[in-house]
Amino acid sequence: MTLSLQVAAWSVAGSLPFAVAIGWLLARHDFPGKALLDGIVHLPLVLPPVAVGYLLLLLFGRQGLIGVPLHDAFGITLAFTWQGAAIAAAVMAFPLFVRALRLSFEAIDRRIEVAARTLGAGPLDTFASVTLPLAAPGLLAGIVLAFARALGEFGATIAFAASIPGETRTLPLALYAVMQSPDNEEAAVRLMALSFAIAVAALLAAEGLSRRIARWLGT
Amino acid sequence: MPAAISVRLRHEVPGFVLDVGFEAAQGITVLFGRSGAGKTMVVDALAGLVRPSAGRIALGGRVLFDRDAGIDLAPERRRIGYVFQDSRLFPHLSVANNLRYGWRRLAPAERRIGFDRVVALLGIEALLGRRPHRLSGGERQRVAIGRALLANPELLLMDEPLASLDRPRRDEILPFIEQLGHDAGVPIIYVTHAVDELVRLATTVVVLERGTVVAAGPLEATMLRPDLAPYIGGAEAGAVVAVTVARHDPAYALTHLAFAGGELVVPRLDLPEGARLRVRIHARDVALARVEPAAISTLNVLCGKVTAIAPAEGPQVDVLIDVGILLWARITRKSAVALELAAGTPIHALVKSVAVDAGLQAR
Repeated sequence: MTLSLQVAAWSVAGSLPFAVAIGWLLARHDFPGKALLDGIVHLPLVLPPVAVGYLLLLLFGRQGLIGVPLHDAFGITLAFTWQGAAIAAAVMAFPLFVRALRLSFEAIDRRIEVAARTLGAGPLDTFASVTLPLAAPGLLAGIVLAFARALGEFGATIAFAASIPGETRTLPLALYAVMQSPDNEEAAVRLMALSFAIAVAALLAAEGLSRRIARWLGT
Repeated sequence: MPAAISVRLRHEVPGFVLDVGFEAAQGITVLFGRSGAGKTMVVDALAGLVRPSAGRIALGGRVLFDRDAGIDLAPERRRIGYVFQDSRLFPHLSVANNLRYGWRRLAPAERRIGFDRVVALLGIEALLGRRPHRLSGGERQRVAIGRALLANPELLLMDEPLASLDRPRRDEILPFIEQLGHDAGVPIIYVTHAVDELVRLATTVVVLERGTVVAAGPLEATMLRPDLAPYIGGAEAGAVVAVTVARHDPAYALTHLAFAGGELVVPRLDLPEGARLRVRIHARDVALARVEPAAISTLNVLCGKVTAIAPAEGPQVDVLIDVGILLWARITRKSAVALELAAGTPIHALVKSVAVDAGLQAR
C-alpha cells in the first residue's frame, strides 16, 4: 500500500509542471501543431493501457530508444522499477490532469490578468500571483483525478514495470495477483476494501479542500 | 506647464478607424463621446493593452510608444494606472492585498503616495480585511481606484468607472475622483459618455466621435460651441457656469450666487459664503424676452444679447446668449421669428431654475 501511494504521489508530482505548462499552452495559445499536441496528450485516454505500457517499454526499456542513452549516461534504469511504475501511471493520468488545468485556465477572466499588468506585474509575475492562484480549484481537481487514476493504473504498469513484489507491485497488481490463487480470497477482499478506503478518503479530502478554496476565492 | 501627456495615434480594426491626437495637462481630462466613439481604445492604447498601428505617446517627457522609433513599452513598465469599468479586483486577495499589489512592486523610493493616505482619502479603512466579493459595487470601485493610485502612476486612466453603478453609488464616488484631480498631483484621463460627469469633473474635455477628435479644450468654452451641440449635447446639456456663493437670504431661504457680471438666486445651498462651485443652466429652463419683463415670478432675469442661433430638433432652435456669461436658451423657431432674433439682438433671459449638480472645488 505504501508503494502504491508512493508511486501515485510521484507520478502526480512529476507530471504537475508539465501538466500546468501544457494546460496553459492549450488554453491560452494558438500555434501550429496545437491539434497534434492536444491529440498526443489525449492518446493514453483512448489507447489500450497495455499498448501504452509496451510503447513505454520500447522507448525506455533496456534496449529502448531513450532507455539506452539514459542507462549509459546516468546509470538510470526505468523499466521494471517503481520509478517506471510512476512514469506509467503519470502518462496514463496525464490527459485528465491536463484537461482539468486547461479548463480552469480557460475559465479565468483574462481581464484580471490585464489589470495586474497595469499595476506593474510582468507576465511571469502575473502568472504566479494571479493566474495560478485563480486556477487553484482546477489544479486541485486535476491532482485528485490524476492521483486516483495513478492509484488504479494497471495495464501500462504491468507492461512497463511488471509486477515485482516490493518494487512495482502496486495495489491493483497485488489484488490481481491474489485473485489468481483460489485460497487467498480473504486477502483479495482486504485489498479491495483498502482501495475503496483510499478512494473515499481522497474524494473526501478533495471535496473539503475545494470548498475551502471556493470560500477563499469567494465563488 | 508642459503637457503632461501627448498622444497621437492611429489604429485600425475591421470597420473602425481610430485617428486621434490631443494633449492633456494636470487635472482631469475627460474623453467624452458616445459609445463606439473609440474612447476605450484610446485609453487601452495609452496603457499598452492595444498596439496602435501608428503614432506616438509621450508621458512627461518619457516616450511610451513610438511606432517609427520602434518603442513600445510593456504595460507594466508604463507607470500608468487604470481603473476599469468593472473593477477587476483580484478575487483571491483581501482588499488590503489588492491595494498593495502594485505598491509592493515599486522600489521604496517610488512610493510617494502612502498606503494610509489613500485608504483615508477613499474612506475604505473598514474594508481592508474583506474579500472583493463581500463588497458592494461602489466599494469595489473605490478599492480599484485606491489600488491604481497606490501603484503611484504618472497618469491615471479611468474608463467609465461609474457606469455600472446606480445613482447613489455614483454620488458616493464622484467626490473622491474630484478630489483626486486636485490633490493627488496625478493627471487623470477620464472616459465617460455622461454629461453630468463631464460637467462635474472636467478641467479639459476631448470630444471623440467615430474615432476622431472633434474638439478639445477647456470645459466651459467647449460646452458653448454651437457646432459641438450634436456631440456633447450642447444646449441639451446646458451652460456650465462657475459661480461663488455671495450671500444667503435666510428670510426667504435663498442663496445668491455671483458670477462675472451678475447674480443668480437659487434655493438655499448648504455652503459657506465664498465657496466656489459650478452650476448648470439647462437650455429648456431659459426663456427669452425682448423687453424687460415686469411683475413676473421668475427671480433670475439677466440682461444681454444674442450671440448665435443654432437649429435644434423639430420645431426648436437653440439660442446662445451673452449675459456676462454665455447661456443656452431653447425656444421654438416660431418664437425666434416672432422676436426677430439675430446675432446682436438685445435680450432678457428668464432663468427658471439652476441645476446645482456640480462639485464644490473651483477650477
